[in-house]
This record gives sequence, C-alpha cells and structure tokens, in this order.
Amino acid sequence: MWEYTDKVKEHFLNPRNVGEVENPDGAATVGSLACGDALKLTFKLDENGRIKDARFKTFGCASAIASASALTEMIKGKTVEEAAKITNQDIANYLGGLPEEKMHCSVMGREALEAAIAHYRGEPAPTEEGQIICECFGVTEEEIARVVKENNLRTIEEVTNYTKAGGGCGNCHEAIQEIIDRVRSQGKVVTRPKLSNIQKIKMIEETIDREIRPALQQDGGDLELIDVVGNRVLVATRGACASCAASHLTLKQVVEAKLRELVWPELEVEEVTS
Amino acid sequence: MKTIYLDNNATTRVAPEVLEAMLPYLQDYYGNPSSMHTFGGQVGRRVRQAREQVAKIIGAQPEEIIFTSCGTESDNTAIRSALATNPGKRHLVTTRVEHPAVHSLAARLAQEGYRLTELPVDSEGRLNLEQYARSLTPDTAIVSMMWANNETGVIFPVEEAATLAHNRGILFHTDAVQAVGKIPIDMRANCIDMLSLSGHKLHAPKGVGALYLRKGTRFSPFLIGGHQEKGRRGGTENVPSIIALGLACDLAAQKLTTENTVVKELRDKLENALLDRVPRCRVNGDRVQRLPNTSNISFEFVEGEAILLRLDEYGICASSGSACTSGSLQPSHVLRAMGVPFTMAHGSIRFSLSIYNTEEEIDFVSDTLPGIIEDLRALSPYWEAGDALCARGEG
Repeated sequence: MWEYTDKVKEHFLNPRNVGEVENPDGAATVGSLACGDALKLTFKLDENGRIKDARFKTFGCASAIASASALTEMIKGKTVEEAAKITNQDIANYLGGLPEEKMHCSVMGREALEAAIAHYRGEPAPTEEGQIICECFGVTEEEIARVVKENNLRTIEEVTNYTKAGGGCGNCHEAIQEIIDRVRSQGKVVTRPKLSNIQKIKMIEETIDREIRPALQQDGGDLELIDVVGNRVLVATRGACASCAASHLTLKQVVEAKLRELVWPELEVEEVTS
Repeated sequence: MKTIYLDNNATTRVAPEVLEAMLPYLQDYYGNPSSMHTFGGQVGRRVRQAREQVAKIIGAQPEEIIFTSCGTESDNTAIRSALATNPGKRHLVTTRVEHPAVHSLAARLAQEGYRLTELPVDSEGRLNLEQYARSLTPDTAIVSMMWANNETGVIFPVEEAATLAHNRGILFHTDAVQAVGKIPIDMRANCIDMLSLSGHKLHAPKGVGALYLRKGTRFSPFLIGGHQEKGRRGGTENVPSIIALGLACDLAAQKLTTENTVVKELRDKLENALLDRVPRCRVNGDRVQRLPNTSNISFEFVEGEAILLRLDEYGICASSGSACTSGSLQPSHVLRAMGVPFTMAHGSIRFSLSIYNTEEEIDFVSDTLPGIIEDLRALSPYWEAGDALCARGEG
C-alpha cells in the first residue's frame, strides 16, 4: 500500500472543483486511457485577468485525483503569468509530498496547466513537440530533460517515477541515461565525434554481412540483426547457432569484438529470442 | 470498523485451529526433529504426520512431499531441477499468465540461454491445447503450467496437458498454489511430475510451502545443505509452520464441498449483483472453468487503485490489476495477455472469497461498490463519452 499523506487522502476522498468550466478561456487534456491516467483541466479568467474558476476531471489513481484537485486550488486567484510558474514540486509540496513512485501525478498536473495556458495563449501545447524517447508512454526528450533539471534527478528509476518514461518495455533506458548525463553535465560539450543512429545501424549491418556472417554460415549458423537501441545491438541467432551452447561466447568474443573494433567502441551485443 | 476480507488469493487468515496446533511448537516443543533425543524425536513424529496430511489432500504418498519455505521456492526448485536433470535439453514451455514465481524465473532462464515458449491465452484466459502440443519438441526439458490463475481463477486443463508432455518424455510441473484446497486434486489420477503448493493460501501461516515430487522423478536440490527432507531440501525444518500446513490441508480437504457450494454461491451472488447494478462492467476470464472463490471484474473508465482506496474506507479488502497498484506502470500481465482493453484493464478488481466470508458481508459490498464507481466515473473525463456510446447501444 502506498504511504499517502493525510492531505493526499483528503483531496482524494473530497476532491475540490470537479467538472468542467463552461466556455473556458484555457482548456487541455493530457495523458490517456492507455497510460492509466489522464487529466482534463479548464479555467476561466475574470476581468482583471485572474483565474476565477478552475475545474478538473481525472481518470487515475488516488494521487492523480489529489494532484489535480490541489492544482485547481493552487491556481485560483492567480494571474496566468503567476500560475505558469507553478512546478510539479509545488503541487507535491502542497499535498505534503507524494510517494516517489507517484511523482508523475504531479508532473501530469503541471503539464495540464501548461497545456491549458498554451491553449489560452493560442500556442501549441508544449508536450507535443520533440522526439519521443519512451514509446510505451509517449514521453519526449524535452519532457525528460526538463523534469531531470527541475527535480535534480540522477537515475533512470527516478525519471520513471516522475514521467513514467522507461516504465514499460525498458528499451529507452539507455536514451534516458544519455539525457540525464547531458542535463547533469549542463551543456558541457562532448568532444568525440558521434555517429547518428542511422549511420551506426548501417555500419553494424555492413560489418555483420562482411565480417561475421560468412564465418557463421560455414558452420551452418546465422545471425540476424533485430534492432539497435543506443549502444545495445540486439541480435538473434539462427540455424546451428540457435541451439549451440557456445553461441553466447561467440557473440561476445567475436561479434561484439568485431563491432567494437570497426563501428563504435561502446557497443554491446545482446541476444534476443524471437 | 469491521474488516471485510475479500483478498484470499493474496493471503488468508490463519485458521484458529491451525494457530492453536502450531503454538506449542513455538513454545514448549522446540526440539530439532533431526535430533537423537526423545525431545526432538517427538517433534519429528509431528512433522511426519504433517507430511501425511499434506500428501492426502492431493492424493500423494508422504515421501513425495518436500517441505519448502513458500510456493515460489517450490516453483524455482521444480523448474531448476528439471533443467539440471536434463542437461541436454534447452527448451521450456510455460504460459503468458503464470505467477511471477514462474514468469520471472522463465525470463531469467531465457537470459541464461534457454529457449522459452510462453503460450498465449484467448480473451477468456484459456489455453489452446493443440497449440500447446505443437510447442513440445525433443529439446523441451519441462512444461510449467499453473493449475489455476491467481488473478482470474481460470483453471487450465493441466492433467490433459501433462499426459501430452508425458507421451513425449517431457517433465510436467504445475503451480497449484491457488488450486489446492479449492478444487479436488488427485495425483493418482494424472501423470503430473511436480506440483507446488503454499500454506498461506489455505489458512496456514506465511513462510511454508511444499513441492510434490512424483516417486521416481530425477531430482536436483535447490537448497544444498543438511540431510533434511532426505537431502532434497537442506535447512532445519520450519516445524511450527509445517505442522500448521498439515492441519490446514486436513481442514481444507474437509471444507472442499463448502468451498464449492457455499463459497461459490456467495461469489456468484456478489458477481451477479455487481453486473446487475453497475453499467459497463464485465467479468474477466472464463466463468465456467474457474475457481469457486474468485471473481475478477473490470469497471470501465475508472482506475483500480482509486476503487480500492475508496473500498478501504469501508474496511473492504480486494486487489486490482491496474498499473497503479502493480508498481510496474502497466496493467497486469494476465489481463494484457487476454487482450483486455486498457479502458477495462486499469479498472479491474479481484474479489477472492474464503469460507470465513458471510452473506451479510457480500450484501454490504454489493450495496457499497456501485456508489463508489458512480462517484469515480463522475470524476472521469472519459465517462461521458463512454456513457453516450452505451446509451446508443454500442457499448
């Protein structure tokens, strides 16, 4: 059972400002049914440009409901500029803290607020931009970088707690680590020339075809490149290799060594069953 | 506030008779059953009795029972033993809906280089036996297939599956942790080689389980140590809990009819009342080939953790297959394997009853839950859209 604060429980059991504002000035929905939580936020301004009414609807767990309820209370009476300064940490603090694993609920609150403000200003929603890093939960590079920076995150697990990124299949863990490293080095320029992903995949394919496959095929085996995720080269063994107990050693000592020599020194070969 | 405990597939209360029977072995009779003196020897006699009691509930011989610390240990022991005694075979077959004790072990074995087949299930959580038969190869060392699913209660045709494996010289293991004590099991009538059971699912305490190992099956121990359990499981016996497990099996055998009549009727009453009173909900899993105590119901457009915490306010204990309760951010692997849509999977609640539940409790839950679902749906941004679909008859 999660350790929720009394304030989280109270906002969960008696949520404030449930519903939708009619003719809202700002409105946004973030999250999705597939992800397991979603938040629809609407607000209306008074004649002085202050948020006079804010309402929410949430599909989600207790802390998602409490975070949304808290958010509506926090922004009421504020100008849009003041509201825009609210961070996910502010939402969590308002509730007396959230369990680490549930911090993504506070991030969802902040995202909904930003998207609703963007809607009010006629701008595109900020989270729609950028390259998707986590395919399972649709989290972009920009979102991850921002949460890492704002919450001083250090590990992939923390990023998962705050954004859900990396909490599904795990294929993006390396990419998340790279973002953490980049943000934490605060823009220190990495000097070594970097291959683009496409260049890397091409070179790996060529090397396997030219240097590795002919030797394996002589022994009745084969190797298929399944995917390249960051520096992880995922391959499947075929034919005689698939049932050969020593194929693991071959992969490490021959295939990986060759790829490291000819393509990129940090590559790691992993066998997947397919 | 009174607790209404409908989470018996997670764990059960220790039966009062069982507690009473084990207490002397925590207090006065603390001897080691391996000792030469009478003081230890009298404890050894009670362990022997417990072994007979456990054997009896599954129609086995006492020497076919190895006491372990839990169901997970039994599963690990069985599967690792099968692989160790068949070093030439590199393939194992299991299903996509196994308990993590088998599911995670299988994933680890795949990393270690074994070839793994995880059989799919249909939308009702059922296996296709023909597909299963086709998955068996000369390289297959073991099949591990649960007797009954912990989340949905769906029962697999393990006896038939074991025969198919046996005909091909393949060992067959079943995780029967949820089945023992709930449905009749007779090892004399099948050719299953190994079976796992656990104490705390049938009113014994946590921390004790057993592995059934058919006589004549080659075996490689998991815990290497002393000569306990005839060298098949090292480590001084957990005497009080083993005695408790023995008596709990005895009691469960006596209550088997109650389980399949009274408990089943209460389960059906709860299920039918909820289906009747709550729009847009459905039962997950085959309702016929199912444990008598389990009901897994999805409430569309609401999230399971929120339902559980609202139920908790009334002292009602259940569990959920939603992502938020699993700690893994994805809904239960069982519901995903069944292809339950996300709108349903996140809002799934498992009720699992026991002989200690009363009709009054079931009525209280049937009266309380519809209001909770209604409240939460009023909060849900998806509900109105879903409701409109329903009104148009498209739901």
